[in-house]
Amino acid sequence: MNDLTPDSKERSTNLKGLGCSRKRVEDVRFVQGKGNYVDDIKLPGMLHGDFVRSPYAHARVISINKEAALALPGVVAVLTAEDLAPLGLHWMPTLAGDKQMVLADGKVLFQGQEVAYVVANDRYIAADAVELVEVEYEELPVLTDPFEALNSDVVLREDLEGQTEGAHGPRKHHNHIFTWEQGEEEATNQVLDSAEVVVTESMYYHRTHPCPLETCGAVASMDAVTGKLTLYGTFQAPHAIRTVVSLISGIEEHNIRVISPDIGGGFGNKVGAYSGYVCSVVASIVTGKPVKWVEDRIENLMTTAFARDYWMTGKIAATKEGKITGLHCQVTADHGGFDACADPTKFPAGFMNICTGSYDIPTAYLAVDGVYTNKAPGGVSYRCSFRVTEAVYFIERMIEVLAIELDMDAAELRRINFIKKEQFPYQSALGWEYDSGDYHRAWDKAMEAVGYEGLRKEQAERVEAFKRGETRKLMGIGLTHFTEIVGAGPVKNCDILGLGMFDSCEIRIHPTGSAIARLGTISQGQGHATTFAQILASEIGLPADSITIEEGDTDTAPYGLGTYGSRSTPVAGAATAMAGRKIRAKAQMIAAYLLEVHDDDVEFDVDRFAVKGAPERFKTMKEIAFAAYNQAIPGLEPGLEAVSYYDPPNMTYPFGAYVCVMDIDVDTGVTEIRRFYALDDCGTRINPMIIEGQVHGGLTEALAVALGQEIAYDEQGNVKTGTLMDFFLPTAWEVPNYETDHTVTPSPHHPIGAKGVGESPHVGGVPCFSNAVHDAFRAFGLRHTNMPHDHWRIWRTANELGLHG
Amino acid sequence: MTDKMHVKLNVNGEDREFLAEPRELLIYALREHLNITGPHVGCDTSHCGACTVTIDGKSVKSCTMFVAQANGAEITTIEGIGKPDALHVLQESFREHHGLQCGFCTPGMITRATKLLEENPNPTEEDVRFGMSGNICRCTGYQNIVKSILSAASELNSAKEAAQ
Repeated sequence: MNDLTPDSKERSTNLKGLGCSRKRVEDVRFVQGKGNYVDDIKLPGMLHGDFVRSPYAHARVISINKEAALALPGVVAVLTAEDLAPLGLHWMPTLAGDKQMVLADGKVLFQGQEVAYVVANDRYIAADAVELVEVEYEELPVLTDPFEALNSDVVLREDLEGQTEGAHGPRKHHNHIFTWEQGEEEATNQVLDSAEVVVTESMYYHRTHPCPLETCGAVASMDAVTGKLTLYGTFQAPHAIRTVVSLISGIEEHNIRVISPDIGGGFGNKVGAYSGYVCSVVASIVTGKPVKWVEDRIENLMTTAFARDYWMTGKIAATKEGKITGLHCQVTADHGGFDACADPTKFPAGFMNICTGSYDIPTAYLAVDGVYTNKAPGGVSYRCSFRVTEAVYFIERMIEVLAIELDMDAAELRRINFIKKEQFPYQSALGWEYDSGDYHRAWDKAMEAVGYEGLRKEQAERVEAFKRGETRKLMGIGLTHFTEIVGAGPVKNCDILGLGMFDSCEIRIHPTGSAIARLGTISQGQGHATTFAQILASEIGLPADSITIEEGDTDTAPYGLGTYGSRSTPVAGAATAMAGRKIRAKAQMIAAYLLEVHDDDVEFDVDRFAVKGAPERFKTMKEIAFAAYNQAIPGLEPGLEAVSYYDPPNMTYPFGAYVCVMDIDVDTGVTEIRRFYALDDCGTRINPMIIEGQVHGGLTEALAVALGQEIAYDEQGNVKTGTLMDFFLPTAWEVPNYETDHTVTPSPHHPIGAKGVGESPHVGGVPCFSNAVHDAFRAFGLRHTNMPHDHWRIWRTANELGLHG
Repeated sequence: MTDKMHVKLNVNGEDREFLAEPRELLIYALREHLNITGPHVGCDTSHCGACTVTIDGKSVKSCTMFVAQANGAEITTIEGIGKPDALHVLQESFREHHGLQCGFCTPGMITRATKLLEENPNPTEEDVRFGMSGNICRCTGYQNIVKSILSAASELNSAKEAAQ
């Protein structure tokens, strides 16, 4: 007879499964400085690579003289496009269906573009040699404005000249990349023409950069004896990188091992393939030695993967009572010199078509034009799922502008337009099926938590006091209700370079009842080693502390598309649960055999299988694990392993209600965030502590983007914000404390109901901070002003509104 | 390339000697010559603080100093704070309060925080935010870092009181 203590609740707690704020297993290494990041990797005989970069934004490369550089002791090689051309590696495919120069092939298209790659014995010699490479340029006219580019005779991409068909359909002009349309243009125009109220607003979502604290880098090591290439690097998608490297180098995929070690933050910066990776591989092949390349911060900000740069014009139609009847959105997207976005193939503007937001808008139309300019390529999803940040900013600003036009309260306007709980699954006018939501509940909870009516009263009093000259500070109440679309994605419509965006998990249970699970994703701070073990603990009844999670080594992990767009939990998390269920199914058969009953007569209970109706007769998962390795069970293979490749049936749609209360000094433009309340609904919550940490971090990145962070160019295409002296990263001093809250609306199609959360605070945070700034000046006639709302721009706004007397 | 010089440092209680170019930055000397890879490089302009170490009792960004300037100095890095079987209170506290995510800034953060609490054993939240403003974190939004440091301060003070 088995002992039935501890009870199932205590046994469940001991597993540290779903819902447990389990301490992170990663931290034991990290707090001791024992992380292993790419720049920590040292291989015997390793060389260092460094780039000669273009000082010009648009120029012809007349000549490159390597002699002086090669004469410097310690310099091993200097590679140019001419050297790469015989291998076909002077250009590489981008994830967006375009191609990109690895090294300048006759011309340069943006400042900082890679012109030559120097390989030397150490990084100092490499940097010295970079200075000795003489490059002669002939300057060409520079286009930094996408509207000007579309009207200019200057041809940026001469390699595409005459090509009227691009990767995403017809090209209208030699600097045009694609037009992407969604929804019904004619029907939307009819709604706009006949609407009681129409407001139009143009807004620019400025160019910024994900700027993880660790820059991008790689170490390539070609073993000349075995013909096997090992490539370590800052890869958010190691498996896809392996495939890309194989496709462009011709090395068979089984001879390439890609390893993502610890990654010091990604935020979208580390999804794409960069020249540094390719050149390091070539240099290792050429020299027969391992080659390391790690970009510095200036190179990171100037050249690898910017985000946004979207010029958006919206028209919103509504009744006089505020019911929205139609939405029109026209975007001009600045993609820089090459189209190097990292969106799913069929979505050249990402999921911008989520721009109807949380609202029941019956008719809508979206058109996006991608344009080449003399700026760095990218357009990646900086802490968001494929242009969702842009979409949410757009609709949340349009709602505010409509509220002004209607002279309505913006919270009430949102409330009367929310998609209702009973409308889910909801088919949006721009083509998505929102899986689940309860927006009214979240909104009402948020309004109550912040005391919304009281805040409005206080604000009105402040405006009066300001007018009486008793204060110089205005008060803004920023509102946002966002709906995200994360977890790309269903293979039927989501692929990158033809690779379906499924993800995977492989589990091996050891005889003594511990386990290892390997996934196709890679953590960059999200805590996968902690949370995926929790999913498994609840699924297979072994303690999370006995489960190792391993990611990032393509020789050992199953194929997956990696970590970005909040896809890890929705896709790989689902694969983990499904693989766990396969383990459990076999465990059930083993348990039934051991208990000498039929398979259907045992049931799973937290950490064991027990005979139905006789809970004292059971076998724990630990016992079952051992039995899998020592019993000859008729009809069953030995061992206990499973693998799942999960193709999600739909995206998941996390949402949230945010409120920001801000004081603004009209005379200095200085903003002070008095309060920030963030309610997130990410479905089932795996680890509340980690969710809250993600929310704090995402909000801080949102604060940065909304209030000061930008990649700015001058007219000659010079980057004006290429160091941390100019590029705003908030410190502890500039950041408030955040209040977090939640509701739980599980995803109906995800195995454990989870939706993904890492990016929500950024997606919702940016419009919330921006709306707070706008709201402070609403009483004085401000309708819209572009981000970033740094102090001088706010001062200028106040000045233009005549608030400086 | 310049002529190499003989450098002597005491790092984490151990005397270390090696040859280095005087122009080498201290952070690279630590990382490349001594394999001390806890301190990281996050920028080129001494803004991010990922390379923070303690030199002769002061918090220093080791990317802002040549190895020649550090010759003869006593240096403590994250590797010298706590041991695997006996973590420093701050190391425990960062884990307890989720004061880190990707871990890249963490060595600099904790190294700086140890000095901060020596300089001011009873900091207010404002003192912590100001005292840590030379260290950038891109992941946490600082809230839990501040919490970790305040909690460690109170734990260290309780331990001190108990000892008296």
